[in-house]
Amino acid sequence: MFKLETRNANLWYGEKQALKNISIGIEPNSVTSFIGPSGCGKSTLLRCFNRMNDLIENTKIKGEFLLDNTDIYDMDVYELRKKVGMVFQKPNPFPKSIFENVAYGLRIVGGKDRNEIKDKVELSLKNAALWDEVNGILNKPALSLSGGQQQRLCIARTLAIEPTVVLMDEPASALDPISTSKIEDLIYELKQKFTIVIVTHNMQQAARISNKTAFFYLGELIEFDNTDKMFTNPQNERTQNYVTGRFG
Amino acid sequence: MRRYSYTRAKLTDRAFKYVALSFTAFALGVLVVLLIDIFSKGIARINWDFFRNLPSRHAEKSGIMTALAGMLSLLFFTIIIALPIGILAGIYLQEYGKKNRLAKLIEINISNLAGVPSVIYGILGLTLFVRILKLGNSLIAGALTLGLLILPIIIVTTREAIRAVPDSLREASYGMGATKWQTTSKVVFPFALGGILTGIILAVSRAIGETAPLLVIGALVYVPFIPEGPRDQFTTLPIQIFNWTTRPQAAFIVNAAAGIIVLLLITFLLNGIAIYIRNKWYKKIRY
Amino acid sequence: MRRKEKLIEVLMICCSFVTILTTAGIILILTVETVKFFSEVSIIHFVTDTQWTPLFTEKHYGILPLLSGTLLTTTIAILFAVPLGLIIAVYLNEYASPRFTAFVKPILEVLAAIPTVVYGFFALQFVTPSLQKIIPDLNGFNALSPGLVMGVMIIPYITSLSEDSLRAVPRSLREASYGMGATRFQTAFRVMVPAASSGIIVSVILAVSRALGETMIVAIAAGQQPKLTFNPKESVETITTYIVQVSMGDVPQDSLEFKTIFAAGLTLFVFTFILNSLSYWTRSRFQNKYE
Repeated sequence: MFKLETRNANLWYGEKQALKNISIGIEPNSVTSFIGPSGCGKSTLLRCFNRMNDLIENTKIKGEFLLDNTDIYDMDVYELRKKVGMVFQKPNPFPKSIFENVAYGLRIVGGKDRNEIKDKVELSLKNAALWDEVNGILNKPALSLSGGQQQRLCIARTLAIEPTVVLMDEPASALDPISTSKIEDLIYELKQKFTIVIVTHNMQQAARISNKTAFFYLGELIEFDNTDKMFTNPQNERTQNYVTGRFG
Repeated sequence: MRRYSYTRAKLTDRAFKYVALSFTAFALGVLVVLLIDIFSKGIARINWDFFRNLPSRHAEKSGIMTALAGMLSLLFFTIIIALPIGILAGIYLQEYGKKNRLAKLIEINISNLAGVPSVIYGILGLTLFVRILKLGNSLIAGALTLGLLILPIIIVTTREAIRAVPDSLREASYGMGATKWQTTSKVVFPFALGGILTGIILAVSRAIGETAPLLVIGALVYVPFIPEGPRDQFTTLPIQIFNWTTRPQAAFIVNAAAGIIVLLLITFLLNGIAIYIRNKWYKKIRY
Repeated sequence: MRRKEKLIEVLMICCSFVTILTTAGIILILTVETVKFFSEVSIIHFVTDTQWTPLFTEKHYGILPLLSGTLLTTTIAILFAVPLGLIIAVYLNEYASPRFTAFVKPILEVLAAIPTVVYGFFALQFVTPSLQKIIPDLNGFNALSPGLVMGVMIIPYITSLSEDSLRAVPRSLREASYGMGATRFQTAFRVMVPAASSGIIVSVILAVSRALGETMIVAIAAGQQPKLTFNPKESVETITTYIVQVSMGDVPQDSLEFKTIFAAGLTLFVFTFILNSLSYWTRSRFQNKYE
């Protein structure tokens, strides 16, 4: 059984079709990478899974999108987004304290108990491998952290509301190599508890961290298979050209 | 021939530079002359009694106490009326109804309202609040009139402040399952607060200087008491200044200048605070 | 939770509607009272009679004197403020150093923040006496002095809006002009100003609208004598001054004399409404020229 699944997914931004007939299944407790050149639809598909595309005007969506075999359009969109968390390309902490950033989601779901919030904040920061760096400065503004720390804070913020899926849209593209490797280690850890889908431009990154990789081109899913197979023995010529760096 | 026109072009350029610089200096000079003129005429009259005394038919005994008190009470009610309405409308137009037809219509309407002469608001206030709603020429009628007058300013600045909030913050909030109102009230609004505050202070500073609409709704020029409730009659500092300015006796002109000094200090103080907050806030949003 | 969200949204829509109601209220009140006025006074007289004496025993209801007073002060203000404001804008944008601009702009904006009653005082007590030294037959109340002072008040509007639109002109245009050896003056007036023309036009339209509706400066310094004249040395009365004069006087509020302020108000409103709509239209039409 798949954790996330789409069947014949089509999406239009106005007149432009961004996704064409995509059917894909994501396995639970795994890391799946979406790769492909810019504008291939990988981020668009990612944003379908928690209905972030609803926020963009003139978007038309057709096909089935399932979370645990339930159509996500039959679910309350706010409940869906609590189950399917998202980390964005650029770190986007709120201009509040470190503590309040993580507590934000807890307060949204109606958390009132101070100690419970405190415990969950700590746990989430530990899960995001940030606790050791921010313990003791929780009341400092989140924007005083470095870029890499900010991104891990955003991950902690997402983990705090206990999602089952975490979507990551090029989470390391704005970071330096050291911060990137910390994020990658973290993703590897998180796999134990969460299902992770990551969009990346960096093919080595996809090869390093993911179990499965999907290659998109011009809105179509060209190939989807185990990561090692995708990088060593792709079936499709375009996949081969892309992973060997001949285009894209 | 070419060389000739080239030199001429350079001369024009140089000449324009000095003409333009002198125009700039002239505009700034007018401000300086205005301030010097008023201070030299009125500063001698500024003393404790001037603030404490009631208006009087003797210029030397006249003070601005009732005018100041009336102005402050008027502002208090104006803010209470206009602030919530203006901020909520601004939030709605920018954050909720960006593209729909109603919002478009309201936007055109607001841009038009911002250009309606204040004396017309006076006619509206006189007919609607003073006569139809029978509020008389009271503080509350004045506050409602000024409230409508500054509403477009508050709405426009609220919208601008909200427009400056980066979309990435909204996405982060929605991505965690926050609703529209949760995102608006907990993320967007606190972030925009600095900009909104600036707009409010500028609106208040505008309301302080307004004279014409209050004259039209029948605010009195001679009020020997401090208003105690919203239904009381009132006068304000600009009205008091207007009254003194139109008197033939030189002693009242001195009073007018002294009143203007107080009015200008309040106006400049408010504008200074607004600029200070705006600069602080700009630093915050550029991150 | 959904219920609460919906409720808040409805509340916000209601708040937005206050602005629509304000406009509707203004138009309704002005029109209804003006229609009543025209049931007693012929509209032909209103637009052709050259005298406006509703408060005298021999009554005439011709708007022309008020209109000429309004147009005269506005014209003086605009003729003074537009060239000055525009040249300052060009100077700040093309010639001055960024530091100078950052220093001058806020000070100029102080001019726009000064309450109009202060300008009225300045016009009557300083500018008129000063002008009388140069023009001896200048009336104590006249159109010239408040017109010029109104111009000073308007300068920052024109400078600020024009400078904004000059700054919005893409760098590449300016560089293209300099690249061909043009001077700053040529670049400014042959490339930049034409490219920013829609923004500059908007600033002028808004300035005219502001001048038409200005009340306190003219009420204090222009006098209260409706006269059909275009002589800036004479005392005139504007529409706005007349409205203030009547509402401050002891005219019974149900009399025909009192209804005149609605007819005068509607005339003023129509003028400013057309100008404001024109500026909105210009702005939205040309907004995205360089995007």
